[in-house]
Amino acid sequence: MITLQNICKTFRVAKRQAGFGHAVKALFSREYELVHALQDVSFRIYDGEMVGYIGPNGAGKSTTIKIMCGILTPDSGVCDVDGRTPWRERVAHVREIGVVFGQRSQLWWDVPIIDSFELIRDIYKVENRLFQNTLDELAALLDLGEILKTPARSLSHGQRMRCEIAASLLHQPKTLFLDEPTIGLDATAKIAFRQFIKKLNAEHGTTVILTTHDMQDIEALTGRILLIGNGRILLDGSLADLKKHASESKTLIVEYVGAMPALCDGMTLSEAKEGRIVVTVDPSALSVSDAIIRLAAQTELLDVSVSGASSEEMVAALYKEYRI
Amino acid sequence: MKKYRALFRIRFINALQYRAAAVAGMTTQFAWGFMEIFAFAAFYRVSRAAFPMTFSQTVSYIWMQQAFLALFMMWFWENDIADAVVSGGIAYEMVRPLDLYSRWFCQVAANRLARALLRCAPILIVAFLVPEPYRMSLPPDLTQLFLFLLSTALSLGVVVSFSLLIYISLFYMLSPMGVRIIVAVFSDFLAGAIVPLPFFPESLRALVEMLPFAAMQNMPLRIYSGNIAGADAWQGIALQLFWLAALLLAGRFAMDRALKKVIVQGG
Repeated sequence: MITLQNICKTFRVAKRQAGFGHAVKALFSREYELVHALQDVSFRIYDGEMVGYIGPNGAGKSTTIKIMCGILTPDSGVCDVDGRTPWRERVAHVREIGVVFGQRSQLWWDVPIIDSFELIRDIYKVENRLFQNTLDELAALLDLGEILKTPARSLSHGQRMRCEIAASLLHQPKTLFLDEPTIGLDATAKIAFRQFIKKLNAEHGTTVILTTHDMQDIEALTGRILLIGNGRILLDGSLADLKKHASESKTLIVEYVGAMPALCDGMTLSEAKEGRIVVTVDPSALSVSDAIIRLAAQTELLDVSVSGASSEEMVAALYKEYRI
Repeated sequence: MKKYRALFRIRFINALQYRAAAVAGMTTQFAWGFMEIFAFAAFYRVSRAAFPMTFSQTVSYIWMQQAFLALFMMWFWENDIADAVVSGGIAYEMVRPLDLYSRWFCQVAANRLARALLRCAPILIVAFLVPEPYRMSLPPDLTQLFLFLLSTALSLGVVVSFSLLIYISLFYMLSPMGVRIIVAVFSDFLAGAIVPLPFFPESLRALVEMLPFAAMQNMPLRIYSGNIAGADAWQGIALQLFWLAALLLAGRFAMDRALKKVIVQGG
């Protein structure tokens, strides 16, 4: 179980105005700005949960992950992961966790992947037979096969990410931290990755904590969402809770021939060009079917599509609502 | 211990990948070695007695220095570590169940050893084959050879623990270039990498021989060439032990402090 209580972290960032004069001045006296990366962050994650940790860039996601991994010491507050304080008992703590930083690499650039894996085996003191079993399982699930004999530098980004994920799981951690794992992956690779993580959670009961900007990751993987903004936890709940905050409005994309139809109450025009309009319909004022009837009465419709708010839009709306 | 051995191994494998670098390095070392020896030969021709080391001692000093350059030179720079600190890749090293100081020590030592082993043989062979008086001689006796090996190991320890202090300082600085250049220039000069310490002026020499830099290549190379022998050699080894212990303690202390306030760069 992971418990965070009143965690605060402040960074001091050197600031100066643009220009030569200010650069020279900064040589002698520097101005610092305090950035409150985390303010009073508290939450609890139970074993076997899959939690999506979202928020805009700079909200404090990575800072929280780093604190939970024992890399960063917070200014105040309590963090307890399975009875340990990560930064005080770092070595014992990190043995139980696996981490994937989507923007960094843990593989040795110039040697075959398998050499990197064997190093990890020795660092975590994984018994040889257990290691072989885990490796076989991971290789089958992530389709590693021949890749294992190739140096990391010759792999594509997708192949390398599969190896990164395998590398983080070789010591069978209880908790897996994924910091933007799907960054830069193509659609197929993302789907395969999500299936793999789901299976891992179902079969091994691994707790998964995931930060991402890809809402499809969240939809596919996590039952629970933590929304962070400006260093505070703003929302802790399910995807359905998140939807409550989003507006109910529907979007109609209409293609037509002839004159542009006039809009009535309950419709707002969000985009218009020759032969195509995008209309937002507020269902409390006008039902979707009425809206379509109105439009069809005025002109000849070629195509109509109706969609609700996507998760992406919901999150954007939430960011706006909380002014983050 | 096994995990550090494994780290050592992968470093070794990694260093073996770079064949072209090894060939280029050896070529430079041959050229440099010959140049240095010819320059000294010219000085010795003027007056043989005016120098603190015999010509054959100087020749052995230079050849051994070139053969084991990778073990001793401060300007050898571990880019991986510097990059990890400066770019934030250090995050991955900190989520490993390893003591970071030991890990770095192991990494730097392994890299130096791997490079030295890969390059020393051709240089040694040539150094033993070239005509007198440019040929390298064997150490005076077996004890001296043993003392040389012991001193080399300690020297490597001192070099590595000293360079770790510089890598730790990177936690506080954003660009490694400045420290790197200043430290490389000063320490290689004071260690006798450019001119052996006996050639220093008397007053300066007394001071320099007490510094940690004197516990680097100065000691093993002079023991090998026979310039330092017997009790003096043991005294030198004691100095190396002292500096090794001091630098290790200082390094661990500095690392603990740095990690408490470390900020991982770049998101």
